[in-house]
Amino acid sequence: MLELVDLSHTYGSYRAIDRVNLKVAQGEVVCIVGPSGCGKSTLLRSIAGLIKPTGGTVLLDGKPVDGSPENLAVVFQDYSRSLYPWMSALANVGLPLRRRGLDKKRRDAAALAALEQVGLAGAAAKFPWEMSGGMQQRVSIARALAYQPKLLLMDEPFGSVDAQTREELEDLTLRVCAHHGMTILLITHDVDESVYVGDRVVVLSKAPGTVVGDLPVQLPGPRDQIHTRELDAFVRLRAEVGRLVRGMTPQRNPHGYGLETR
Amino acid sequence: MPKVNGASLLRGLIGTAGLLVVLEAAGRLGAWDTERLPLVSTVLLRAGELLTDPEFLVSARSSLTTWALALLVTIAIAVPAGLLLGMVKPAELAVRPLIEFLRPIPSVALIPLVILLYSETTHMRITVAVYAALWPVLINTIYGVRDVDPLAKETLRSFGFGPGSVAYRVVLPGAAPFIATGIRLAASVAIVLVVTSELIAGGIEGIGVYITIAASGNRLDLMIGATILVGLFGILVNALLVAGENRLFRWHRARAGAAT
Ligand SMILES: Nc1ncnc2c1ncn2[C@@H]1O[C@H](COP(=O)(O)OP(=O)(O)OP(=O)(O)O)[C@@H](O)[C@H]1O
Ligand SMILES: [Mg+2]
Repeated sequence: MLELVDLSHTYGSYRAIDRVNLKVAQGEVVCIVGPSGCGKSTLLRSIAGLIKPTGGTVLLDGKPVDGSPENLAVVFQDYSRSLYPWMSALANVGLPLRRRGLDKKRRDAAALAALEQVGLAGAAAKFPWEMSGGMQQRVSIARALAYQPKLLLMDEPFGSVDAQTREELEDLTLRVCAHHGMTILLITHDVDESVYVGDRVVVLSKAPGTVVGDLPVQLPGPRDQIHTRELDAFVRLRAEVGRLVRGMTPQRNPHGYGLETR
Repeated sequence: MPKVNGASLLRGLIGTAGLLVVLEAAGRLGAWDTERLPLVSTVLLRAGELLTDPEFLVSARSSLTTWALALLVTIAIAVPAGLLLGMVKPAELAVRPLIEFLRPIPSVALIPLVILLYSETTHMRITVAVYAALWPVLINTIYGVRDVDPLAKETLRSFGFGPGSVAYRVVLPGAAPFIATGIRLAASVAIVLVVTSELIAGGIEGIGVYITIAASGNRLDLMIGATILVGLFGILVNALLVAGENRLFRWHRARAGAAT
C-alpha cells in the first residue's frame, strides 16, 4: 500500500536521507531502526506530506502523495507539543474524529474508550499540562488509535513510559491495529522493540540515512512479552539488527555469525 | 498577565487613601485657595453626585457608546487582519513598512483631518479611537499567531484537516491569549482617545464636552470629579478583562509558567 521510491531529502545543503526504497504491504507492521540523526523523522514527515521531499516519490496505493494523505495518523516524537493545551485529554483525542463525521456524543464515547485502553480513563478531564510526560505520550497514542487510520506512523511512540507500560502499549498497538487491519510504520531506537513489534525490521544507516537492511521477522505464534523474547529466533534476529545498526555487515559462515566491520 | 491578589490590593488602597487624607489636610490648612482648587472631599462628593446627575449621565452614555463601538470596530478589523498577516508571511512583509510608518503617528494629530472628513461627530470620534486602538490588537494578534507551535498545526494537517480548519481550531485558540491582551490594551487606549476627541473637537454630548463646559463655568470640582470617574471606569474595565483572561487562559499561564 505504501511505496517509497528513491526518497531523498536535503535541508539546505545537508542531506538527511538518501534514496530510500521501501515497500510496505497492507496490514504489515514495519519497524524502522537507525542511529540518532539518521533521518528517521524526516522520512516519516515526508510520508505524512508535512515536508516535500527534495527527491524521489512517496506512493500510497499507487498514487503519489501530494499534501497530507487521507486516512493517516501520526504519533509525533514531540508528543507534548502535538497536544493542544487548551483542550482536555478527552477533547484532544476526540478532535480528529470530526473528520469521521461523528457527533459530539459518539466522539466523546470513542475518545473515552481509547483513553481507557491506554490506562487514562481517570485523566480524561485533565489538561495536557497537568499530566506527566508519559501520560501525554499515551494521550497522543490514544488519539491516533481512536482515529483508526489505514496507515499509522509512529515516531518513537513509547519513549517516555516505564518498561512495563511500554510493553502494554506495544501489545495494545499490535492488537488494535490487527483488529482494524491498519498498516504501521514504527520508528524506534530500540532494537529489541523493533524485533518484537515488527513483521519486518528496516535498518537505516548513519546520516544520510539509507536502507542497509530489511529483515523479515518470522516468529511463531502470537507474540508474548516473555516467551517471544526468549526464543532463539528472537535472540538471533536481535543480534543481527544490532550489528546492522552499528554499521557492521553480518556474515553467515558455517560456524555461525562472523563479524566484519565495513 | 498581571494578577491582583488581596494583599497587594489592600496596600494600594491604603496608599491611595493616605495620599488623599494628606491632600485634604493640606487644603484645609490653607496650602492653596480652596475657592479656586476645591478640596479632595468636595471633589469626591461631586464625583458621587455626578453618578445621578441626568446631564452628566447623558454625556457618559454617549461616551460609553462611542467607546464600545470603537472597540468593536477595532476588533472586527484588527483580529482578522492580524490572523491573515500572521499566517501569510509574504502579506506581512508587504505591509510591514506601512505599519511601521502609520503606527507612530499620534491619533490626536489626525483629529483636524478627520473633522474635515466627517460631518457626524460620533463617526469622527470612533475613527480617531479606532486608529489608535488598532495597533495593539493587530501587533499582538500577529505575534500570537507566530507563537502557535508549528507542530500543533502539522498534527491537525496530518489528520487530513484543511488550512481553514487548522486556522480555526489551532491558530485562533493558540493566539487567543495574545489577542485578549491586545484587546485589553486597546480598551484603555480607546477610552483616552474618545475623551480626547471630545475635548478637542467639541460636540453636543460626551464626557469631554461636559468637562469643557464645566471649565468654561470655572467649575473645577465638576471637571476633576468627571475626570476621576473616567479614570475609575478605565480601572474597572481593565480589572474585568484581566479577570476574564485569567479564567479563560489558564492553560497559557500554566505553559508560560512551566517554561520559565
Ligand atoms: N528542519 C530542519 N532543518 C535543518 N536540518 C534539519 C531539520 N530537521 C532535521 N534536520 C537535520 O536532519 C538530520 C535528520 O534529522 P531527523 O530528525 O530526521 O533525525 P532522526 O533520525 O529522527 O533522529 P532522532 O533519532 O534523534 O529523532 C539531523 O542531522 C537534523 O539536524
Ligand atoms: Mg526523530
